[in-house]
Amino acid sequence: MNGLTSYSYAPLLFFAAIGAGFAVFSVAAGALAGPKRYNRAKLEAYECGIQPSPHAEGGGRVPIKYYLTAMLFIIFDIESVFLYPFAVAFEQMGLFALVEMVLFILTVFVAYAYVWRRGGLEWD
Amino acid sequence: MTAALSSVPAADFVATKVEYAAVLPMFIVFGMALVGVLVEAFAPRRVRYPIQLVLTLGGLVAAFLVLVLYSRDHQAKTAGGAIVIDGPALFLQGTVLVLGAVGLLAMAERLDSAAPDTFTQSGSAVPGSPQEAAAVRMGATTTEVFPLVLFAISGMMMFPAAGDLLTMFVALEVLSLPLYILTGLARRRRLLSQEASLKYFLLGAFSSAFFLFGSALIYGFAGSVRFGEIAKAVPQVGGMDSIAVPGVLLIAVGLLFKIGAVPFHSWTPDVYQGAPTPVTGFMAACTKIAAFGALLRVLYVAFEGLRWNWQPVVAVVAALTMIVGAVLSVTQTDVKRLLAYSSITHAGFVLVGVLAMDRTGVSSTMFYLVAYGFSTIAAFALIALVRSSGSEATHLSQWAGLGKSSPVLAGAFSFLMLAFAGIPLTSGFTAKFAVFGAAIAHDGTWLAVIGVLASAVTAFVYVRVIVLMYFSEPSGDTAVLTPSVLTSTAVTIGVAATLLLGIVPSPLLDLAHDSSLFLP
Repeated sequence: MNGLTSYSYAPLLFFAAIGAGFAVFSVAAGALAGPKRYNRAKLEAYECGIQPSPHAEGGGRVPIKYYLTAMLFIIFDIESVFLYPFAVAFEQMGLFALVEMVLFILTVFVAYAYVWRRGGLEWD
Repeated sequence: MTAALSSVPAADFVATKVEYAAVLPMFIVFGMALVGVLVEAFAPRRVRYPIQLVLTLGGLVAAFLVLVLYSRDHQAKTAGGAIVIDGPALFLQGTVLVLGAVGLLAMAERLDSAAPDTFTQSGSAVPGSPQEAAAVRMGATTTEVFPLVLFAISGMMMFPAAGDLLTMFVALEVLSLPLYILTGLARRRRLLSQEASLKYFLLGAFSSAFFLFGSALIYGFAGSVRFGEIAKAVPQVGGMDSIAVPGVLLIAVGLLFKIGAVPFHSWTPDVYQGAPTPVTGFMAACTKIAAFGALLRVLYVAFEGLRWNWQPVVAVVAALTMIVGAVLSVTQTDVKRLLAYSSITHAGFVLVGVLAMDRTGVSSTMFYLVAYGFSTIAAFALIALVRSSGSEATHLSQWAGLGKSSPVLAGAFSFLMLAFAGIPLTSGFTAKFAVFGAAIAHDGTWLAVIGVLASAVTAFVYVRVIVLMYFSEPSGDTAVLTPSVLTSTAVTIGVAATLLLGIVPSPLLDLAHDSSLFLP
């Protein structure tokens, strides 16, 4: 392996140059070719295409209920991602896989119990 | 995944054999973290703090005892090669357990309030707002930090013991996510803390992506994510350097970020300044230990055959880390930022040891991490005690004259500063001697020279703090709080270890040397 010759690094440098070139080109092209029509909405902070919600007096609390629900969804989503292949193949895998799966579900259940007891499932 | 599993013929499935004796310490810590979450869910608020403190410390002590008395006789490559419990893994896991327990003592400090003093009881409220007052009145607690610390420690134990790139990535996330949360929980100067948390999270996610991208390239190169298989593929697969070299370097970027090496260091000062002070000490010690363990395993086990490609790059990173860390620490006016830049410089010193590429490299690196970990946890525990008008007095000018008003704190802090500088009779000297000695024995003399020069620069910085404490007049209303037995114990252990490792380093050096062989 002739790792020290410049030849073996040529594809790397080539790739890096293309990557850097693409980034610079995109930014420059956007600045040069794009239309510049500023209005109030364009200058405001981006918030999913709706009017940014005004902050409460003194930077008070912001409701994050959707966030909690989404987090819980992801936890159980991941759980089911692992349950599907297990359900398909558990006959071949026998007792070992069953024990592993029970342990895994118990672990997720601990998180569920925490959220439930601390009021994460109540909407108001 | 479904297709892949169902295509496996029935006879081919073999249940993965797990050497439970080897992984038991990790199970204990993770299990205690789960129990801690259940305590948070079901125990009444009043009793949570004592239960959590006993559970967490008990879990860490139990895991350490099992590790020392039982697991060390059952070293193995286990769980289908995903976990490798060998000498370096055991040494670093033991270190993380001990330092985690010491760091936890400092974090659990309550002073005169009902909850741990350094953490907020209502993270979403503005400091001093009616919402926060209401939360405190209702007895809201912050005992979630105990399970969070345990989760982080279980990740830190898995990180240096990972046997493949995917397990290493999972460990990286397991140790990082709790730290992002802990960083944002400071009771005082909360905006700074939340800003630090966000920065740490965004940059950490970015570096995780680098690590994953590198893993994908290496999988394309070697056809496996196992370190042993990668090492075998390196001499066999020819003409694919254009995938292998970027792969190694991208993985190294992900790990060097966690280590805080230049040029991936820019998060360190902000996060170390913003995080609750005992958490900063915990991060500076334990995260670095875990990340250096992972870096050692990746570079020594998997990519030893590609060393001519990555060694010069890592050597330049080490040199830059020492120089930039030392130079920028001169200009700091905040104690926490100063120690953050100091930690960057120390990461550079440890990288010099990593580059030795043999057993002395592993043992000197591990010894340095232990020495630095004890000193830095004690130093941050002391910083948390210096207050001015209800907030932590971290500006250097507020530390003037502390030698007269609180001689014990100033004496302990000065001793730790001398250890950071590497003065003889402290652990800093023996540790630096070990890494620079390993470097000089393996063509790294130029790195050792830079290291000694950087040490000289940082010595000026540390001595300036000492001079400020002893030879300046006190100014302002800086006061030093009297800690409970928790912080006192943490500081005593840290200072005692710093002194002991400076006077009689040989037992630990021998242990590090005996533990310095990786299982392939």
